[in-house]
Amino acid sequence: MDYVPHTEADREAMLAAVGVEQVADLFDPVPAAYRFPELALPDPLSEMELMGLLQAMSEENLDTNHFPSFLGAGAYHHYVPRIVDAVISRNEFYTAYTPYQPEISQGTLQATFEYQSMICALTGMEVSNASHYDGATATAEGVIMALNATRGKRRKVILSPTLHPEYRAVVRTYLQGMEIEIVGDEVTGLDVAALESTTRRLVDLVDKDTACLVVQMPSFLGQIEDLAGVADRVHAAGAMLVVVTNPVALGLLKPPGEYGADIVAGEGQALGNGLNYGGPYLGFFACLKKDVRKMAGRLVGQTVDTEGQRGFVLTLSTREQHIRRERATSNICTNQALMALAMATHMAALGPTGIRKLAELCYHKAHYAAEQIATLDGYQVVNSAPFFHEFVVRCPHPVKDVNEYLLEEWGILGGYDLGRHYPALENHMLVCVTEVVAREEIDALVTALDEAGAEVVR
Amino acid sequence: MKVNPNLKYDQEHEWIRVEGKEAVIGISDYAQDQLSDIVYVELPEVGDTFEKGDVLAVVESVKAASDVYMPVDGQILEVNTRLEDSPELVNQDPYGEAWFVRISLDDPSQVDAMMDAAAYESYLEGLEE
Repeated sequence: MDYVPHTEADREAMLAAVGVEQVADLFDPVPAAYRFPELALPDPLSEMELMGLLQAMSEENLDTNHFPSFLGAGAYHHYVPRIVDAVISRNEFYTAYTPYQPEISQGTLQATFEYQSMICALTGMEVSNASHYDGATATAEGVIMALNATRGKRRKVILSPTLHPEYRAVVRTYLQGMEIEIVGDEVTGLDVAALESTTRRLVDLVDKDTACLVVQMPSFLGQIEDLAGVADRVHAAGAMLVVVTNPVALGLLKPPGEYGADIVAGEGQALGNGLNYGGPYLGFFACLKKDVRKMAGRLVGQTVDTEGQRGFVLTLSTREQHIRRERATSNICTNQALMALAMATHMAALGPTGIRKLAELCYHKAHYAAEQIATLDGYQVVNSAPFFHEFVVRCPHPVKDVNEYLLEEWGILGGYDLGRHYPALENHMLVCVTEVVAREEIDALVTALDEAGAEVVR
Repeated sequence: MKVNPNLKYDQEHEWIRVEGKEAVIGISDYAQDQLSDIVYVELPEVGDTFEKGDVLAVVESVKAASDVYMPVDGQILEVNTRLEDSPELVNQDPYGEAWFVRISLDDPSQVDAMMDAAAYESYLEGLEE
């Protein structure tokens, strides 16, 4: 499609319409001193000098290609097969956006359709949208959808304290000003045992004013909770069950659709996407067909044209912008098309058995690591519930100090400091092990932790 | 544009048909024509109460989403759930199959104040000029 800029005549007509002589006049309300401030910029560099500078800066980073990482907590380091880059780098695909005349880009729509289909298969749900920004915003959209599906009459939202703390913060940001009561995720005083049995307690909070219960599975602490019966209790009160999950774990776990989830959301980065310094990521979002009109975002569908040939369309097309406008239940119509394509490519490359093998590798490596760490003096693996690829380790020293030792002495990126979000979990480290970590690296972590236990002095 | 002679109308193009202490509400042929192909109708729930002028329902077409307003005060007794699966009925039969809701009337005199078919026809003519 050609880019057609305004002509000089267009500009003059517009300037005349608003009553100014030149474009610069439009900036008059900005005090002159701030209009073109002097910026203290260094002298320009040649391309070669600039590349050298940036290369040197990037080498300051400690990256997961050179340092084994046991850090997860929502962002996961997995191997991204080469085919992902090969596919997403094709210039037909290489844009972050769904095209504004989408049906002209059948390949993009087909890719999104396949992404949606695979998300449905993985989650056991009927409908998937084309994706959201990230796991946190997908979760918040799930809460908003539950509020709308219950017609705004239910004003209470129950969040699990083992839902990712940052997701809980984003839900609060999305809901501010809507006069919604958010309960359930007070974490003060909760130890691991209390957090592991949290869903049973939360179900008792579900009442006639509750729009939804949001749980994370596996939880932020890595645990796999038995959610059988939870959906029935939630539905009996007329509320919805939102399950936030990890797509890799779904290679091994029962799909949330099978235990009654109404909405499944989560972070899709783990499949096909690098850690990317925290973004761009993608949020996946799936629900049941009966609620599809309340779903935010876009939905690509498969249809046939007038000659009976297969084609793809935006079935729910940019409704927020073009049709529902101020009546929309969400103003998010962007998706993360490129990231979703990367996830879809990785899923397609793995296939159902491949995703299961990936999940099993993560599971077994994490359990090997936990067994070894549990033998160390001063350390305790606190989980009692089954876990996937993350587990909680109580350390003999502050996590920050232990991690400093691991990095400086061993070149190992340690786990997540749970004390940042859970006051009762001071000195507790969330350790993540994925398939990219070699057994020797796990053994090195164990030795390093043992040393740190003896060496670190407060 | 058809105007059903047996109904009352308001300026937002809702129609009402009184049946004793109850009434049935829908949108006019003019309204469905203006909206073009209707793809979704969002209805209220049985038991909801509305005042005159409240948003009763939302009709979404391929062009726009429009509010449907309550022409009188009342409580919802029944909603036409067929519209959820067959919104095109609104285009095909706005005065018949595609009724929206049945309500109990709080104040029947509010209906008397609405336009009859002749008044609505001249109102439409005014809009087209």
